[in-house]
Amino acid sequence: MAKAPYDEMYLKGSAGRAHYLGYSRWLEGQPGDRLIQKRAEADALFHRVGITFAVYGQEEGAERLIPFDIVPRVLPHEEWTRLETGLKQRVRALNAFIHDIYHDQQILKAGVIPPEQVLCNSQYRPEMQGVDVPGGIYAHIAGIDIVRDDLGEFKVLEDNLRVPSGVSYMLENRKMMMRLFPELFSAHRVAPVDHYPDVLLDNLRSVAPIGVADPTVVLLTAGAHNSAYFEHAFLAQQMGIELVEGQDLFVRDEAVFMRTTQGPQRVDVMYRRIDDDFMDPLVFRPDSMLGVPGLMTAYRAGHITIANAIGTGVADDKSIYPYVPEMIRFYLGQAPIIGNVHTWVLRNPIDREYVLAHLPELVVKEVHGAGGYGMLIGPAATQDEIENFRRQIIATPERYIAQPTLALSTCPTFVEAGLAPRHIDLRPFVLSGREVTIVPGGLTRVALREGSLVVNSSQGGGTKDTWVLET
Amino acid sequence: MLSRTADHMYWMSRYIERAESVARLVDAHYRMSLLPHSGETLADSLGETMKALHMDEAYQQKHASIEPRAVFEFITVDRDFTGSIYSCLRCARENARAVRGSLTSELWETLNTTWLDARSQIVRRSSQIDIGQFVEWVKERSHLTRGVTIGTMMRDEAFHFTRIGTFLERADSTARILTAHQGDLVPGADAGVVPDPYQWSVLLRALSAFEVYRRVYRDVITPSRVAQLLILRDDMPRSLLRCCKEVYTNLKSVANEQSEETERRAGEMHAMLHFARMEELTAGGLPQFLEQFLAKLDDLGHRISTDFLVPPAEV
Repeated sequence: MAKAPYDEMYLKGSAGRAHYLGYSRWLEGQPGDRLIQKRAEADALFHRVGITFAVYGQEEGAERLIPFDIVPRVLPHEEWTRLETGLKQRVRALNAFIHDIYHDQQILKAGVIPPEQVLCNSQYRPEMQGVDVPGGIYAHIAGIDIVRDDLGEFKVLEDNLRVPSGVSYMLENRKMMMRLFPELFSAHRVAPVDHYPDVLLDNLRSVAPIGVADPTVVLLTAGAHNSAYFEHAFLAQQMGIELVEGQDLFVRDEAVFMRTTQGPQRVDVMYRRIDDDFMDPLVFRPDSMLGVPGLMTAYRAGHITIANAIGTGVADDKSIYPYVPEMIRFYLGQAPIIGNVHTWVLRNPIDREYVLAHLPELVVKEVHGAGGYGMLIGPAATQDEIENFRRQIIATPERYIAQPTLALSTCPTFVEAGLAPRHIDLRPFVLSGREVTIVPGGLTRVALREGSLVVNSSQGGGTKDTWVLET
Repeated sequence: MLSRTADHMYWMSRYIERAESVARLVDAHYRMSLLPHSGETLADSLGETMKALHMDEAYQQKHASIEPRAVFEFITVDRDFTGSIYSCLRCARENARAVRGSLTSELWETLNTTWLDARSQIVRRSSQIDIGQFVEWVKERSHLTRGVTIGTMMRDEAFHFTRIGTFLERADSTARILTAHQGDLVPGADAGVVPDPYQWSVLLRALSAFEVYRRVYRDVITPSRVAQLLILRDDMPRSLLRCCKEVYTNLKSVANEQSEETERRAGEMHAMLHFARMEELTAGGLPQFLEQFLAKLDDLGHRISTDFLVPPAEV
């Protein structure tokens, strides 16, 4: 008795939703082979520009594209305005939470969240206790994954506060759509997104260490073999800042410098795209070749800003996620505008009992898993898989949460067989600095396999251009 | 700019230039192979060329004798041989990819497309590759890359490092081609001996100097004029003097606190060629001169590396 998903473009029957009418009329007027040709054109362009992933263990030098779908996902203005307000609210509360747990821990003292949930979490960094960061901002760049349920309600599925990626696809997809179908953009008032790098740079400059008037900002990457390397290089280029690797940096007198052709140059703000664990081999993983030895001493001394801050992972952990609505009430004294997906916390006996009795209908997730791995999708799982998860849940319940199987909304998508509905989500990028800003829209990911709910690019997901219509 | 970025820029342009140099040599020999009665001369010339480019040992590990078709394939499309055109194009693209954010998008797309096209021509080929056509294409892509570099890049440090890479590599290549032909360039050979026309055409064509020679001298080809043209002519784009001049001027534009000695040595190489007469240079014999020149070039490359590109770790 699966619920019918919400269709983004069409109402029940086949009438188009008001905000999609212009597009769907245009679409119906397109000869089928034009779309096929346009899609081939898009693939060729993406290859030439090199928006690709290196694929290992395959044909020498083989590189793969993240599939791009030519049917845009369109959001009407009013829906976006509400989402935007809700996202800003949520990220403000998350930043307040991270500041709190590394300082006075009021939320723990008030009993809103069990202290051990936070303090014993592997993502909690005791090294950050008592460290003040500029503006009290920890998650400077947040990617909040939003889904729409069968009733058309937006819900937050996941917060990404460590090194969220995908924004380059948001920008490149728009560029591609404008190139392929310029006529659509004269017929629709689509809110622009291409100023994102400017906003990001301004945001990073606004959180420079106190007293630095003209900060040097760099982007730290793991290097050309990292799967998100394209995005790192792209953002660095768009912002006009240096793309550095750990080997380009060193620490002297509690300050960070990069090696340049004109000698050492001081670095003030680091937009890092590698995980906490690899940042400083003297403090975290000693075998890390990607980080900078001594970085944490410079950081703790306040001589460099790291974005996102060290230790944000505790706030986007799936075991903390269920408490985010409470955080919004606790820190902001407001009711959450966008809700969570209902979540059973399996360390609670009552929740556990319910979940174990309903495994075939639910989605079970490992609290530290990411990218669609370590997950049971009940309705799609075999009896063996379900029993396997049951044993694991009973053995270590604290490692799991469960959620209802969501009927993610669908959007028509151009697949082999023609246009067909596919499930989608949305990842807007929320920037926090002097103020909180969001470029309208975000990255829409689409599960290309029929019936699939997994939108991750590592598991057969693609992307779409996301349009927020202006009034 | 970041030292590592400069390093990648430098090597990116060296590899493209190297691909072009090898393509030119293959092109010249390939034309020769189409002429009648070229058999032995061709094999000799290929043997000498591979020796001068230090490709002979790698070749011998794969092939027992010098067979023109095998040599052509080895130095153009062999995927295991690090000196092949295929490998050079891959390295150029890998270096470019590592700093794609510092390249203009036109330059990055040119290098990326070159590599993707080379790959599909070589890896996915169904029949024997047309060597003549392939090397012609490589030359065109190199010309395009250079044009895009000059036409789109800011004249900043990044630009100067790509130029230094290009001209160091070109000087190296010209000197090695001359080495392979040193037997024909003995100044005394002017009188009496009729030089082998095949050998001349290879040497001059490989350096785009055939037409230039005719324009400059309007006369028969003699060894001493060829040497003069390829070593000491300031207006000859692939001559040793021209390359050293470009290296020196670009190096001056990026000078830093520790690069004084490197600059001095580059200036010295330039001045030496600028003011020299042919007889002085080759007093000890042309082979010796070329050997010393290559050694100095090598030293310059190392010094540029330590001064700018891969500075020694901070203590």
